[in-house]
Amino acid sequence: MTEFLQHLVNGVSLGTIYALIALGYTMVYGVLKLINFAHGDVYMAAAYAGFYIATALDVRTHPTAGKAVAVFVGSMVFAGALGWAIERFAYRPLRNRARLTALITAIGVSFLLEYGFQLPSFQAQGRTFEEMLRGWGWTVPGWLDALVSFLPASFPPGPTPRFFPEPFVRVDWTVLGGVHVSNYDVVSFLVAVAFMLGLQWIVFRTRFGMAMRAVSFDPKVAGLMGIPVNRVIATTFVLGSVLAAVAALLVAGSRPRIDPIMGLMPGLKAFVAAVFGGIGNVPGAMLGGIVLGLAEEMVAGYALSSFRDGIAFAILILMLLVRPEGLLGRVTVEKV
Amino acid sequence: MRRARLVLRSVAPFLIALPVLWLAQGASPPDVSIVLVAIAVNVILAVSLNVVNGFTGQFSIGHAAFMAVGAYTAALVTTGMQDLQLLGLPEGSSDALVFFLALLAGMAAASVAGLLVGIPSLRLRGDYLAIVTLGFGEIIRVVIENTKALGQATGISGLPPYTNVVWAGMGVVATVVMARRLLLSTQGRALLAIREDEVAAEAMGVDTVGWKVRAFVISAAFAGLAGGLLVHKIQLVTPRMFTFVKSMEVVVMVVLGGMGSITGSIVAATLLTVVLEWLRGVDQYRMVIFSLLLIVLMLTRPSGLFGTREIWDALPRWLRRRVDGGTP
Repeated sequence: MTEFLQHLVNGVSLGTIYALIALGYTMVYGVLKLINFAHGDVYMAAAYAGFYIATALDVRTHPTAGKAVAVFVGSMVFAGALGWAIERFAYRPLRNRARLTALITAIGVSFLLEYGFQLPSFQAQGRTFEEMLRGWGWTVPGWLDALVSFLPASFPPGPTPRFFPEPFVRVDWTVLGGVHVSNYDVVSFLVAVAFMLGLQWIVFRTRFGMAMRAVSFDPKVAGLMGIPVNRVIATTFVLGSVLAAVAALLVAGSRPRIDPIMGLMPGLKAFVAAVFGGIGNVPGAMLGGIVLGLAEEMVAGYALSSFRDGIAFAILILMLLVRPEGLLGRVTVEKV
Repeated sequence: MRRARLVLRSVAPFLIALPVLWLAQGASPPDVSIVLVAIAVNVILAVSLNVVNGFTGQFSIGHAAFMAVGAYTAALVTTGMQDLQLLGLPEGSSDALVFFLALLAGMAAASVAGLLVGIPSLRLRGDYLAIVTLGFGEIIRVVIENTKALGQATGISGLPPYTNVVWAGMGVVATVVMARRLLLSTQGRALLAIREDEVAAEAMGVDTVGWKVRAFVISAAFAGLAGGLLVHKIQLVTPRMFTFVKSMEVVVMVVLGGMGSITGSIVAATLLTVVLEWLRGVDQYRMVIFSLLLIVLMLTRPSGLFGTREIWDALPRWLRRRVDGGTP
C-alpha cells in the first residue's frame, strides 16, 4: 500500500509537468491546427535561461525567496519572447501555405534549438573566428563583439549537462507511514494547479479567451468579425511558452540535470498527453498529462522500468486505434 | 506483345546498369568505392522516403528506424549463414545468394515494421505519422540497446564485406525503377490524389487509408534495403548509426530535391552526401546547418530544387512516348 501511494505521489508530480507542457501544445493546435514541434525545445531553452539567471544571481551559494522569484519571472519572460519570435518569424509567413510546410518548419526550428544549444560557446568560437579574420588582415566589427559579450560566457552551453542550483532548501517529509513527499513536490503541484486554473479562467472567462476560442473555431470568420487574429495567435504562443517555462523550472528545481535535448522526450510525451485528452481541449490536456504521468510511474514501478519511454507511445497508438478524438475531444468532420 | 514491352521496360535498366556498374567497380579504388556506396545508400533512402513524403503527401521522420530493422535483420542472416556453403555452389555465388536472401529478409522485416507503425497512425491526418514515426525511432533504439542477441549498444561487428558498387548500384536501380513505375501507374495516381486533396480523393472512391499504408510499407521496405547494403560495406552495425540525425538527413534530402521529384531526390542525395563527406571536420555544425537549411527552404522555396518535375519531362516528346509507353 505504501509503495502504491508513493507511486501515486510520483505519478501526480510527473503528470502535472506533462500537463503544463501539454497545455502549450493543445492551445497552439487549437488555434493553428499545427503541432508545434519546437514546444519541447522552448521548455529546454527556458530551463537554460533560468540556469543563467540563477548563476548570475549566485543562487547556488545564497538562495533566497526573492531570487527564486526572479529566476522564475526572468525565465518566463524569456520563454514568452522566444515563443513569440518563433511564431512571428518561422510560422506566420507560412500560415496560408500547405499544412505540411509549417510542420516541416516546426521540426526545423526544433532541431535548430536542440543542436544550436549543443554548439561550443560563442566566446570559444569567437576566438577562432577572430584569429581567422586577423589572418586575413580584418578585424571583428565592434557591434558583434558587444553582442557576444552581452550573452552569458558559456552560451551556447554545449552538449554536457549542467546542474541547476536549488532555488530553496529541500525538505523531505514522511507521511502515512513511509511515503516520501518533499516540499518541491508540494510547491510544484500547487504552482502547476494555480497556473492551470489561471489558464482555464483566461480561456473561458475573459474577452481574450473568447477571441481565442473564436479563432480556434474558424480563423477566417473570426478575422471578418474584427478579431485581431495575428495578435491572438501570437499571444497564444506566448501563453503556451510561459507555461512550458514554469514546467521547466519545476523540473529543473527538483531533478537538477539540464541538457540541450532534455525537451525532446517530455515534449513528445506531453504531445501524447494532449492527444490522449483530446487535442485542442484545455481540460483534456490536464487530464491527459496526469493520466500519462500516473501510467508511466505505475508501469515503470511495477513492471518494466527499462521500457519507461516506450509506454507513452504504446498509449498513443492504442488511443489512435480506439478513440482517435481523445477522451474529452469531439468528433469533427472535415468539411470541404 | 504489350506485356513483353512492359516487362522489358522494368528489366532493361538492370541490364544496362550491370556492365556499367561492373566497370565502375573495377575502376574505383577502395576510398572512392566507400563514397559511391554511401551515395547509393542515401539515394535509395531519399527516393524511398519520397514515396511517402513526396508522392503521398504524408510526413514520416523515422526512416532511419526502418533502415535499422533492415540492417539488423540482414546482419543476423549473413552472420548466421557465413560458414554455410549452399547447394554445392562455388563460394562466390553462394555468398552472393546468401547476401541476396539477407537483403530480401531485411526488406521483409522492415515492411512488417512499416505495417505495424502505419496502420494506426495513417488512419488519421498526416501530423500523427510524424509523431509516431519519431517515437518509433526512439523505441527501436531502446529495444536494440536492451536486446542481447543484437549486441546491445556495441552492435554486431565483423560482418562479411559483401556490398560493393555493383550491389549498391543495383539497389539504386531497383528503387528508382520501383518509384518511377509506381508514379506512372494507376496506384501512383491514387497516391498523388491523396497528396493533392485527401477528402476529394476519398470522394472519388480512392481507399485513402489503404493506399497510404501501402505507400508507407513500400517505403519502409526500401529503407530496409538501404540499411542492409550500408552495414555490409562498413562491416559493423550499431544502434548509434540509426538515430534521429540520420532520419533528418534523409528528410532534408527529400525536401531539398523537391517533394515528389525522383530526380530531385537523387540529385539532392548525391549532393548532400558529397558535402557531408567534405564537412566531416566540422561535424558539430552539421545538424545546425541542416535545420537552418530546412527552415530557409520552407520560407523561401518550399518546392525544393526540382518541385515535382523530373528529368525525363525534359526529353523530347517522341522519345518520352517511347520511354513511358504511351502515358500522357
